[in-house]
Amino acid sequence: MSRSIASAMGPGGESLVKELGFTALIGLALTVPLISYETIDDVGGLQLQGRWAATAFIVAALVMGRLGIILLRTPGRETWVAAGGALAAVVGLLDLFRDTVAGVLGLERWPAISPSYTLAFLLGVGGAVLAIRAAVQISRRNSAISKAERDARMESLGEQVRKLVRVFAAVAVLFALTLPFMPFSNRYVMDVGTLIVTYVMLGWGLNIIVGYAGLLDLGYVAFYAVGAYSYALGAQYLGVSFWLALPFAGLLAASFGLILGFPVLRLRGDYFAIVTLGFGEIIRIILINWYDVTNGPDGISGIPRPDFFGLATMTRRGSDGLPAFHEYFGLEYSSEHRVIFLYYLIVAMAALVAVFTVRIRRLPIGRAWEALREDDIACASLGINRTTVKLAAFGISAAWGGFAGAFFATRQGFISPESFTFIESAIILAIVVMGGMGSLVGIAIAAALLIGLPEVFRDLAEYRMVAFGAGLVMIMIWRPRGLLSHREPSVLLADRSPPGRPVPAKAVAAGEVAQ
Amino acid sequence: MKRALLTVEHLTMRFGGLTAVDDVSFTAWDGEITAIIGPNGAGKTTVFNCLTGFYQPTVGRLLLERADGERFLLERLEAYRIGRDAKVARTFQNIRLFPRMTVLENLLVAQHTSLMRASWYSVAGLFGLANYRHAEDAAIEKARHYMELANLVEVADWQAGNLPYGAQRRLEIIRAMCSDPVLLCLDEPAAGLNPRESAELNDLLLLLRAEKGVGILLIEHDMSVVMRISDHIVVLDYGKKISDGTAEQVQNDPRVIAAYLGEEEVA
Repeated sequence: MSRSIASAMGPGGESLVKELGFTALIGLALTVPLISYETIDDVGGLQLQGRWAATAFIVAALVMGRLGIILLRTPGRETWVAAGGALAAVVGLLDLFRDTVAGVLGLERWPAISPSYTLAFLLGVGGAVLAIRAAVQISRRNSAISKAERDARMESLGEQVRKLVRVFAAVAVLFALTLPFMPFSNRYVMDVGTLIVTYVMLGWGLNIIVGYAGLLDLGYVAFYAVGAYSYALGAQYLGVSFWLALPFAGLLAASFGLILGFPVLRLRGDYFAIVTLGFGEIIRIILINWYDVTNGPDGISGIPRPDFFGLATMTRRGSDGLPAFHEYFGLEYSSEHRVIFLYYLIVAMAALVAVFTVRIRRLPIGRAWEALREDDIACASLGINRTTVKLAAFGISAAWGGFAGAFFATRQGFISPESFTFIESAIILAIVVMGGMGSLVGIAIAAALLIGLPEVFRDLAEYRMVAFGAGLVMIMIWRPRGLLSHREPSVLLADRSPPGRPVPAKAVAAGEVAQ
Repeated sequence: MKRALLTVEHLTMRFGGLTAVDDVSFTAWDGEITAIIGPNGAGKTTVFNCLTGFYQPTVGRLLLERADGERFLLERLEAYRIGRDAKVARTFQNIRLFPRMTVLENLLVAQHTSLMRASWYSVAGLFGLANYRHAEDAAIEKARHYMELANLVEVADWQAGNLPYGAQRRLEIIRAMCSDPVLLCLDEPAAGLNPRESAELNDLLLLLRAEKGVGILLIEHDMSVVMRISDHIVVLDYGKKISDGTAEQVQNDPRVIAAYLGEEEVA
């Protein structure tokens, strides 16, 4: 059999069979110990059950994928690969949403090929990747343009992407503002939306330290915790309202930032990262152990919800002399009012961070942050006090974390140290890095993906984190510097050219300087 | 009239058992180009690092006296205060630009101190007040002026890291100039330049001395640069000063010839 395939492939067929066999072997070596056996709870104790269908499926898929990659090496076979990849993608997709598909077609059940949802997902993604690669190769071969021309096209494409980003940002803002009134909007959508925007705000806050100043902060969640606890404790012990507590939460977080920053900023690189990591843990451990004040691991519950700017409460009945929101505006009572109000509150706070960041980036302090990231020794030689510049970044960034923390406390109504573990810092950092450090739009997209995708893939049940991880790996492979890694200059001489002294076109300059 | 800008007295720098700079004294005059030359490992860059606060000298006094009479003891100042207050600017042997920022941004970072003040430590800037906008316009005009001197206007919006090597060298020099220094310290500005770029560099340095009256202290291996533009040359060898004078005097000093060419021992 293998002989006949080999001879059918012509010369090189032997090595083809060898390569496919090798792929199958590696596939087996990886799947047998991990996937082939499942433990099941039986009467007599744990029993092993074979999952050979899954194993066979994986190995077959790997071999087919490998075959596709091999076929792509010789020109002229792309169409087959594209068709095969597309077929696999469609099958995977149909299997993934098998219940919906069966429902639409009126079948009792869809005769799924893939043994599980995860494998269906992987089949779909793998097929799609193969099909796209084949399609790209076909289009490249058909367009008979030189490499230089293609580079030039890519350059103008980059320019277009940059313009597109601006349009995209405007659309995204519009979408965020109208989300509560969309037809598909419900309580669940609003909750996910609020969560995403919270992480967008945290990402933008951390971006000042990591993206601009270039200091790897692994303990950002500490400032988030300080903000959350300062409101929760203030409300519990002093009866402070949310609006009064909000600025204090920011200030307190900022002062924690300064306290941490002062001894730590003389450290660099990895050492700095480790100390911030430790700081994040210290805050969490204090919160757990200072039982008398923070109620330890039991957390603080009954944190008051924010009122409507001191005009009305967001509850069913008014209290403390304030009318309820629906009475104040003469509306029908709906529990969604509060959800929508909280959503707009975090959108407004995130917008504030965005406006602040865009502005400060064009100020001397913002340029000094970026310069510090690029070369801090050169900064010192130019008379820039590195300590104060870094401290400013730390304090401001921490303040935004504190604001977000206060919001988190009032939205949840309950906080405990559990909410402020290292994984939170890691997620926020991942958002900043994936977004392309420094790019506000990129960070917003990354937050939507990282927080939103696990929600979208809830159908995959416990495998959704696999999908999440696969997404991260793909970003690392294709966009290693983040989704939007392009850095927009903070000022352009071309925009400042005084009348009568036109700046020559860039093309001229390019010819002259590149020689 | 000659006025001493920088007086180095008995500068000594030891790293453990190694004496990199040994009891060196010299003077750099205001509005002149002073060159420090010497074979590899003679301690030239160490002198620079002491001057600009990156090293704390073991022994010695580094007195900077500005035209307005203000005096600074550089060995007592932190690196950033030497740049900000004493107004000594420097460049580096291995160019240290901000490579992902544009040429113009590099020049604006150099004006950090004055812009920071104008933006009221960012408050006025955040609200876009007029005084900051004017200060920024002025800073950009100043940057444009220097870019014209260094022939860099056309590439103002390029990323600094994408410039050709010679342009990066010139950018680093005008970036230092943008911080309004009274003394400009250049660490091997001609290293790696081709003869044409090297000639351009000479013109730029002579122009800066003539137009801005800035004192220049120069470390250089390229003798075509040193001999053509220096007013005054200090020669170091094994951390010690072996000669001091005009180009002609130094060229004819037997100790200098011995240090460079390794001729027979001269007492």
